[in-house]
Amino acid sequence: MEKLFKHIQAAHCENGVATSLLRYHGMDFITEPLVFGIGSGIFYIHIPFLMVNGAPAVSYRTMPGFIFSRAAKLLGLSVTRKKFSSEERAKFFLDQKVKEGVPVGCQVGVYNLPYFPPEYRFHFNAHNLIVFGKEGKDYLVSDPVMEGFNKLSEEDMIKVRFAKGPFAPKGHVYFPENIKPVNETIIKKAIAKGIKRASRDMLYVPGPIAGISGINYTAKHIRKWREKLGPKKAALYLGQIVRMQEEIGTGGGGFRFIYAAFLEEATNYINNDKLLKISDEFTKAGDLWRTSAVQMGRIYKGRLNEQKYYEECADMLNEIAAIEKEAFKELHKLKLD
Amino acid sequence: MKKEEIPQDKSALEKYTRDLLYVKNSDGKYTTALSTGWEVKKVALDNAWEDINERVKEAALAVKNGEKSPILYFMELKLMDLQILSAYTGFWQFTIKRHMKPSVFAGLSDEKLNKYAKVFDITINELKNFKG
Repeated sequence: MEKLFKHIQAAHCENGVATSLLRYHGMDFITEPLVFGIGSGIFYIHIPFLMVNGAPAVSYRTMPGFIFSRAAKLLGLSVTRKKFSSEERAKFFLDQKVKEGVPVGCQVGVYNLPYFPPEYRFHFNAHNLIVFGKEGKDYLVSDPVMEGFNKLSEEDMIKVRFAKGPFAPKGHVYFPENIKPVNETIIKKAIAKGIKRASRDMLYVPGPIAGISGINYTAKHIRKWREKLGPKKAALYLGQIVRMQEEIGTGGGGFRFIYAAFLEEATNYINNDKLLKISDEFTKAGDLWRTSAVQMGRIYKGRLNEQKYYEECADMLNEIAAIEKEAFKELHKLKLD
Repeated sequence: MKKEEIPQDKSALEKYTRDLLYVKNSDGKYTTALSTGWEVKKVALDNAWEDINERVKEAALAVKNGEKSPILYFMELKLMDLQILSAYTGFWQFTIKRHMKPSVFAGLSDEKLNKYAKVFDITINELKNFKG
C-alpha cells in the first residue's frame, strides 16, 4: 500500500516541495521549472519598510505559497492548507497525516533547523520541507535544498513549525488534493496562463517598488546609499542584496535561470520558436545578475569604495531591468494557444 | 551560465549540502548541476556574521558599562531584533525596550525573566548574572 517517497533536490524550497508532492501523486511530467513557470514564480520586489537583519529586503520571486497554489489551480487540483494556534493540535494533525501515509509540505523557520549549515540559520520563516514518515520519535524529512533525506525530532519539529517573527509559519501544513489526470491540452493552457500572469505582473504591477520598476527602484537607491549611510553600512546593504539573490534555496540570478529553463521546456508543449529566443534573454539576465553580484562583492569585500563603483552596480541593475522588460513584453504579446 | 562555469568554492555549505543550479550543457540545453559554493556569496555571508558579532560585542560592552540590561546582549546573540523578540515573548516592543534599562531589569519578576530565559534558551541565573 505504501508508496515509496522519492527525494528530489531543487534550487528553491517551495518549487521543490510542489514538484516532489505532485510527482508523488503520479504527475510524472512535473519538473521544478514547470512548477515555477506555471506558478508565475518569477518576480521582483524591493520592500523599503521591511528590514531583514538590519538591511532592506528584496525578493526575486513571488510571495511564499503563491507558486504552488497557482500551479495547482491551473493543473486542476487544489492545495489544502492548515494553520494552527495550538502546538498540540498542529502535532496531532501532522502525525495523523503521517499515519495515513500522506506526505505533506510544512512551512518552517530555519533558525532551529539542526541539519542546516549553522551560518545559514537566521530567523527566516518562509522555508519549506516535506514530512513523509516517522521513525520512532523522529520525523522523516525531505528538504528540497538538501542533497538527501533528513530527520527531525518531535521537539525540533514543534520549534521550527512555531518559529515566530515575520512570516511566522503557525504550524502551516499543506498538501495537494483532488488530483486528476491531466492531458497535454491542460498543460499547454497552464503554461500559457503562467507566462501571461508573470509578464503582466512584471510589466504592469502598480507602484514603484515591484516588477521591472522595482529593479530600477533598487538601482536608484544604490546610487544614494554611500552618501546617505556611509561606506560601511552601504557595503553591508549590498551584501544583503547579494545574499538574498544567491542564498541557498533562493537565488535572483538563480530564478532567472530557472525561468529560462522553463521557457525551454515549454517548447515541448507549445510550438513557438520565439520561446527559445526569449529563454536566451532570461539566461542573459541571470548572467548579468551574477555579474552585478560580483561587482557588489568587490565593494563589500572592501576593495572598491568610491561612488563610481556604486554607480556601476546601479547601471547594471538598470541594464537587467531593460533586458527583462523587453523579454516580458515579447512574452506578453506571444500567441500561445 | 554554462555548466563548466559553475563555481566550486569553499563555503558554509561544506559537509551539509550543495546548491543545485540550472545551467546550460554543451548542447546549449538546460540541465542541473551541484555547486559547493561561490566566493562572492560566501563573503556576503561572512560580512553579515562580522556585523552580527560586532553588534554582540557592543551589546556586551553596554551591559558591562551599566548602560543596558543583559536582554539586549542575548537578543543580539540570538540574532533577534525587537520585532522577533516581541513575537517570542509576547511583550510589546516598548516594554522590551524598558526591560533593557538596567534599573528596570533589576526589578523584573522571575516570571518575566523566565519568559526571556526560555526564549534565549538559558537559565534565569545566566540571564541575571551576565555582566558583559
